[in-house]
Amino acid sequence: MDAQLGAKVREIAALASGAKLSRLQWIGIAVAIAVGLIVPLLVSDYRTFQFTLVLVYAMAVLGLNILTGFNGQFSLGHSAFFAIGAYTAAIMMDHWEIAYYWTLPAAGVVCLIAGFLFGLPALRLEGLYLALATFALSIATPPLLKYDHLSEWTGGVQGVVITKPDAPFGLQISQDNWLYYFTFVVLLVLYFCAWNLLRGRTGRALKAIRDNPIAAQAMGINTALYKSLTFGVSALYTGVAGALGAIAIQFVAPDSFTFFLSVAILVGMVIGGIGSIPGSIFGGIVIVFVPNVAEQISKAAPWAVYGTLLILCMYFMPLGIWGFIRMGYARLTRRRKAD
Amino acid sequence: MALLEVSKLEAFYGQTQVLRGLDFSLEEGGITAILGANGAGKTTTLRALCGMVRTRGEVSFSGARISSGATESIVRHGIAHVPEGRGTFVRLTTEENLRLGAYTRKDPQAVGEDLERVFQYFPRLKERRHQQAGTLSGGEQQMLAVGRALMMRPRLMLLDEPSFGLAPNLTEELFDILGAINKERRVSMLVVEQNASLALAIADHAYLLETGRIVISGTAKEIEQDETVRKAYLGY
Amino acid sequence: MEFFLQQLFSGLAFGGVYACMALAVVMIYQATDHLNFAQGEMAMFSTYIAYTLISHGVPYWWTFLLAMAISFVGGVMIERIIVRPVEGTSVLNEVIVFIGLLTIFNSLAGWIWEYTIKPFPSPFPKDPLFGNTFVGTHDLGVIGVTLVVLFGVFLFFRYTPIGLAMRAAAQDPASARLVGIRVGWMLALGWGLAAAIGAVAGILVAPIVFLEPNMMGSILLYGFAGALLGGITNPAGAVFGGFAVGVLETLIGAYVSFIGSELKLTVALVLIIAVLVFRPSGLFGRVVVKRV
Repeated sequence: MDAQLGAKVREIAALASGAKLSRLQWIGIAVAIAVGLIVPLLVSDYRTFQFTLVLVYAMAVLGLNILTGFNGQFSLGHSAFFAIGAYTAAIMMDHWEIAYYWTLPAAGVVCLIAGFLFGLPALRLEGLYLALATFALSIATPPLLKYDHLSEWTGGVQGVVITKPDAPFGLQISQDNWLYYFTFVVLLVLYFCAWNLLRGRTGRALKAIRDNPIAAQAMGINTALYKSLTFGVSALYTGVAGALGAIAIQFVAPDSFTFFLSVAILVGMVIGGIGSIPGSIFGGIVIVFVPNVAEQISKAAPWAVYGTLLILCMYFMPLGIWGFIRMGYARLTRRRKAD
Repeated sequence: MALLEVSKLEAFYGQTQVLRGLDFSLEEGGITAILGANGAGKTTTLRALCGMVRTRGEVSFSGARISSGATESIVRHGIAHVPEGRGTFVRLTTEENLRLGAYTRKDPQAVGEDLERVFQYFPRLKERRHQQAGTLSGGEQQMLAVGRALMMRPRLMLLDEPSFGLAPNLTEELFDILGAINKERRVSMLVVEQNASLALAIADHAYLLETGRIVISGTAKEIEQDETVRKAYLGY
Repeated sequence: MEFFLQQLFSGLAFGGVYACMALAVVMIYQATDHLNFAQGEMAMFSTYIAYTLISHGVPYWWTFLLAMAISFVGGVMIERIIVRPVEGTSVLNEVIVFIGLLTIFNSLAGWIWEYTIKPFPSPFPKDPLFGNTFVGTHDLGVIGVTLVVLFGVFLFFRYTPIGLAMRAAAQDPASARLVGIRVGWMLALGWGLAAAIGAVAGILVAPIVFLEPNMMGSILLYGFAGALLGGITNPAGAVFGGFAVGVLETLIGAYVSFIGSELKLTVALVLIIAVLVFRPSGLFGRVVVKRV
C-alpha cells in the first residue's frame, strides 16, 4: 500500500517537473500516436485533409509556444513566418520543380534566418513593444507579398498554385492520406526535437530568461543570443508548418496570410495551453474545427467565436485546455490519495 | 464623541501581518503623534486608515464607519493624507497639484480663497505656481503636499513624516505652520514622526508603536517623561 | 510644385486621421500602459454605426456627434466590463484580451453589415474650394475637423477639473485616490474618449478608403507609428507624429517609385521598429526609466 502511494507521488512529481516521462505519459503518447495513425483510415479524404491541417497548425502553435510559453517573448507576427514558409515551398515547387520534401528543410532554414534577424532588433523590445513590432510585421506582410517587383516569384495578388504530391513507392493510398502521414511524421520529429530542447539545459535557460531576465544574465546566460535564437527556432517551426500547409492546400496567396492568421495561431496557443507542448495539438484542433462548426451560423461567426474564446480563456482558463486537464488529473489523484 | 475611533485594527501586506490590533482614538481639534522605530507600523497605520492596505477591524470617523471603504471614498469624509514620499504629481504644475486637493469640493469661490490662503502659508509655492511640481525642491514639495491636503478643507490630516528630508530650519518652519493651521482652522492631526521630540512638541497626545502594537499611550507630556521613550526615542 | 502641393495636402488629411488614432492610443497608454490593439476595429465599428444612422436619414453632423457619443459610452463599458478583469495581471493577458476584442469587432461588423465595400458620404462639396487645383475640399475638411477635435481635447485636459483629474489619475493613481479621485472611472473615461476620437478618425477617413471591416487595420498601424515617432508619452507629440507620418507616407509613396502603394505599410513597419530600437521615447517623449 505504502509502496503504491510512493510510486504515485513520484509519478506526479515527475509529471510536474517534466524532467522524465512517467509511465502515464508513455501511455498517453502511445495512445496519441495510435489514434493519429488510425484516424485517416476511418474518415473521408476531406476529413483527412482537415486533420492534416490540424497537424500543420499544431506545428505552428508549437512554434509560437516555444517563443511565448517558454521564453516569454510575444509575437503577433507569426503569420509572416507561416507565409515565408509557404511561399518558400510554393516557389521552389513551382519555379524550380523541386520535390516537396526538400522544401521543408529549405522553409525551415529560411525562416530560422528570418526569425533570427527579426529577433535581433526585437531583443531590445520588452513585452508590449515586441507585440507592437510583430503586429506591424503581420499587418505589413500581405501587401509586401503583393509587391509588383516580387510578383514574378510570388505571383502577386494571384498567388501560386502547386500540385499535391502522390504517395511514393507505389503505395496504394490517396494523396490526402499520404500527405497526412507525411505531416504526421514531420510533426513527431519536430515534437521530439522541441521536447528534447526544452526539457534540459536550454529549456531551463529559456525559462530563466522568461521569469527573470536580469538574474538569468547574472547567471551567465547569454540572453541576447538565446532570445534571438529562440525567435529563429520558433519561426522555423512555424515556417515548416507554412510549407506543409501550402502543399496541403495546393495554393498560396497574400490574403491567406493576414493578421488574422496570427490571431488564429494565438488562439490555438492560448486555448491549447500556453507553455505546453502537448497542448499545441488541441490548439490545432480548435483552429481547424471551431470554424467548421461556427461557419454554419455565419461567415463571420468563427472569428467572433475565436475572439470570445480568447477573452473567456483569459478570465476562466488562463492555462488552456492542457492546464485544465493537468489540474483535473492532479485533483483526481489527490482525492484518490486522500481515500 | 471622539473624531476618529479605531478598534482592533489589523493590517496586512500580502500574507504578512503588520498591525496586530490597534485601539486608539483621536479628539476633534487635537494633534496626536505616533512614535516608533522603523518598521513598527507607523506608516502602515496611516495607510490602513485610508484603506490603502488590506485591513481587519473597525474604524469610524465622526460616527460613520469607514473601515471597509475604498481610499477615494474614505478621503471624501474629510480626511487628508500627506503620504510618505509626498505623492507629488510631478508632471503637473504646482497650482494644478493644489487644485487637485480641492477636487471633491463643489464651491469654486471658496477654493480660490483657500488657494490664496495656502500661498500665504507657503509664499514659495506662489512663486513656483506655474512650474512643474517635479522641479520643486524636497522642502517645497513637502509644503506642496501639506498645501494640497489643506485644499481639501479636511477635518483630519494624516501626516507621514513631514520632516523627512528637510533642513532643520525648514522643519521648524513647517511645524510652526502646522501648529498654526491646527489652531486657526481647528484641523485635527495625526502625525507620524521619526523625530520624536519634534512631534511631542506640538502634539497633545501620543502613542508608541512597537512591531504593530501600541505599547505606551498618554498625553504628550506623560510620554515625554516616560523613561523608555526618553532613552529609546528622545536620546537623553 | 502643384503635384507636390497635392501630395502634401493629401498627406496632411491622412495625417489628421492618423493623429486622431495616435492620440486615442496615447490616451489609453498613458493611463494604463496598454497599447490598445483593438482601437482600429473599435473606430471601424463606430464608423459602421455612423453609416447606419446616416442611412436612416440622420443629418451628417448629428450623426457625427451621435456616433462620438455612442462610441464614448461603448468605450467606457468595454473598459469596465471586459478590460477591468485582466487589468494589471500580465502584458500577455492584456494583449490577448485586446486581440480578442479586435477579432470580435471585426467579425461582428462583417456579420451585421457584411464584407462588401460600402461608400461613405462626405459632408464637404465635391468641387475644390475657389477652383484651386491642389487640394480637395474633403481633404481640407478632414484637416480642419481633426484640428478642431484635437484642440477640443487639448482644452478639455488643460482647463477642466475632470481633465485635470484624468491626468492626475494617469500619472499617479495612489496619490489621485488620496485626493478623492475615482481612478477606475477615470480610466474608463479615458477609454471612452479614445473611442470617441477613434470614431472621428473612422468617419473622416471612410469616404477616402471606403467602408469595410478591415479598413482601419493599416490606419491603426500608421497611428501607432505616429504615436511612437512623436513620443508615446506625449499626446501633443503623438499628434505631431500622426501628421508627420501621414505626410511622409504620402510623399514617399508618390516620389519613391519602387515603393508604390504596396510597400507603404512596410515603411510603417520599418519606422516603428527603428523608433522602438533607436529612440524608444520618440521625438518628444519622456525617457521612461524601467524599474526592475
